[in-house]
Amino acid sequence: MKINAENMSFRELNEKIRASRGRRVEIENMLGQRYTGSGCTGKDIHISGIPGNALGAYLTGCDITVYGNAQDAVGDAMNDGTITIHGNVGDAAGYGMRDGKILVKGSAGYRAGIHMKEYMEKKPLMVIGGKTGDFLAEYQAGGRIIVLGIGYEKQCPVGDFCCTGMHGGVMYIRTEHAPELPAQVLCEDADKADIKAIKADVELFAKKFGYDAEELLNAHFYKLTPNTSNPYRRLYVNN
Amino acid sequence: MSFKEGEVRIPAGCAISGFINRSGKRVSGADIVKSISYMHDRSNGLGGGFAGYGIYPEYKEHYAFHVFYDNTEARVKTEEFLDRHFDIINLSRIPIRHIPEIKDEPLIWRYFLDPRPTKLTSSQLDEKEFTVKCVIRINTEFDGAYVFSCGKNMGVFKAVGYPEDVGRFYRLDEYEGYAWTAHGRYPTNTPGWWGGAHPFALLDYSIVHNGEISSYDANRRFIEMFGYKCTLLTDTEVITYIFDWLNRKQSLSLEDVASVIAAPFWSKIDSIEKTDPKRAAKLRYLRQAMSGLLITGPFSIILGYTGGLMALNDRLKLRSMVVAEKGDTTYIASEECAIRAICPDCENVWSPKGGEPVIITLNEEGKRRCL
Repeated sequence: MKINAENMSFRELNEKIRASRGRRVEIENMLGQRYTGSGCTGKDIHISGIPGNALGAYLTGCDITVYGNAQDAVGDAMNDGTITIHGNVGDAAGYGMRDGKILVKGSAGYRAGIHMKEYMEKKPLMVIGGKTGDFLAEYQAGGRIIVLGIGYEKQCPVGDFCCTGMHGGVMYIRTEHAPELPAQVLCEDADKADIKAIKADVELFAKKFGYDAEELLNAHFYKLTPNTSNPYRRLYVNN
Repeated sequence: MSFKEGEVRIPAGCAISGFINRSGKRVSGADIVKSISYMHDRSNGLGGGFAGYGIYPEYKEHYAFHVFYDNTEARVKTEEFLDRHFDIINLSRIPIRHIPEIKDEPLIWRYFLDPRPTKLTSSQLDEKEFTVKCVIRINTEFDGAYVFSCGKNMGVFKAVGYPEDVGRFYRLDEYEGYAWTAHGRYPTNTPGWWGGAHPFALLDYSIVHNGEISSYDANRRFIEMFGYKCTLLTDTEVITYIFDWLNRKQSLSLEDVASVIAAPFWSKIDSIEKTDPKRAAKLRYLRQAMSGLLITGPFSIILGYTGGLMALNDRLKLRSMVVAEKGDTTYIASEECAIRAICPDCENVWSPKGGEPVIITLNEEGKRRCL
């Protein structure tokens, strides 16, 4: 089903998506409508234009593809499904995501992946092709974040205050330049086992956006995890 | 029971947009109205406004006052005052379009003024300072009168309503400017009142602001030491006065003003020290000397001034801002959709970092045309 979203309110657009019969929904001329596909299940949504904030918030099993840039709060608290962005994303992408995948060809704004979490078999994944703003993965509690830094090989591709308050999950950064990190985060060179662990994720990214996965993986990665020997128990009060 | 701003405080989301043609090509106000309309959902209908630069070329040597009056009595009293202090070159009601979306409008008048030479000489002030003093006096002492725009060759248009309706109300499609800014308001600290809508302006400085300043009272106490009066309890007013004081009166560059109000963290200054000790020393000086003007809390602002626009985020970047270009025009907005709405094929779309000012000025051709 095709929807021409020109001058359509976000409410009407979401109602049309939900009421559509088939699985595939193509939205054209989108310009700033918020909450698209929020809480949605069982649709493949293809978007031309600029989706508004909170694209795929609480998403529960849809496949959303944006053929351009997306704005703020992509996949806010999403539960399942895949969001693929062929451009850049704004701030706070994947805020508190619980499961599913966000794949961004370009760069992410501030606060990507903050409060990402996991439980049992539910492990969210975010892959950023370019660079990110400050506060990447602040308070990360679970899941995997991979920053590939494509086109930013001469600098550290993540901003300041990366992983502040991290206490779970893992992050991989494809770079030779280690970020400045809080004492509670452990930064190691990724070994063969680590590269193997992210192989499928990078392959998925490469397939979606036309890169050579082997070439991307054949580079130096840092692996960031919470440092269990230096926990937070004395960060605020002496108890 | 109704309250005006300044009389009550209710414990903000907003939208901002702006663009400037660096070559000074004047563009209809219809474009900025269209741009801000795509962020309708960021506002709640309690305030919208616009600032246009280069809109009064035939009167560009004169101060253009835009004034709200509650009643004719306030107008008569204020005009007596204006007549004593200024030569009135021209006066008229600002043309409006009556539409059902905009109600309860005050009397809205426009004056083109020159300070009276005798008054100006005896005041021993420069022309700008004389004008500022007169505006502050009207806004604090004349009940029912409020000057909401007082720059040269620029003007603010604002009201209670959604911005796209405010733009139609003021017939902005009939004005042309080389730069425009716009604001859609979602007031959370004060009830929406016409004077409290953005932009806030003093002389040719105008501010549109999305955010919530937690340092308001510290900033207010500091700036009121220098003769400003914050009458509205809204944070945007104080930002306008800070720009006026630092840029006009203290002659700080706009880059340095950004380093005062969105000063880098001490940890950041320490790391700059390693590579550029001179810059670190300057940043340290600005932070220490003017700590009372550090603005904390989330904000994204666009400052308009004669010949340029400046965009700035708080250093944590707690509000969104996107910049894009196409040809000689640079666009700034809270959301990319507001730029694409008026420039679908814009290029170099990027988000400035927190605390990183983006300053765009007229080029030589633009200066020749517009200044």
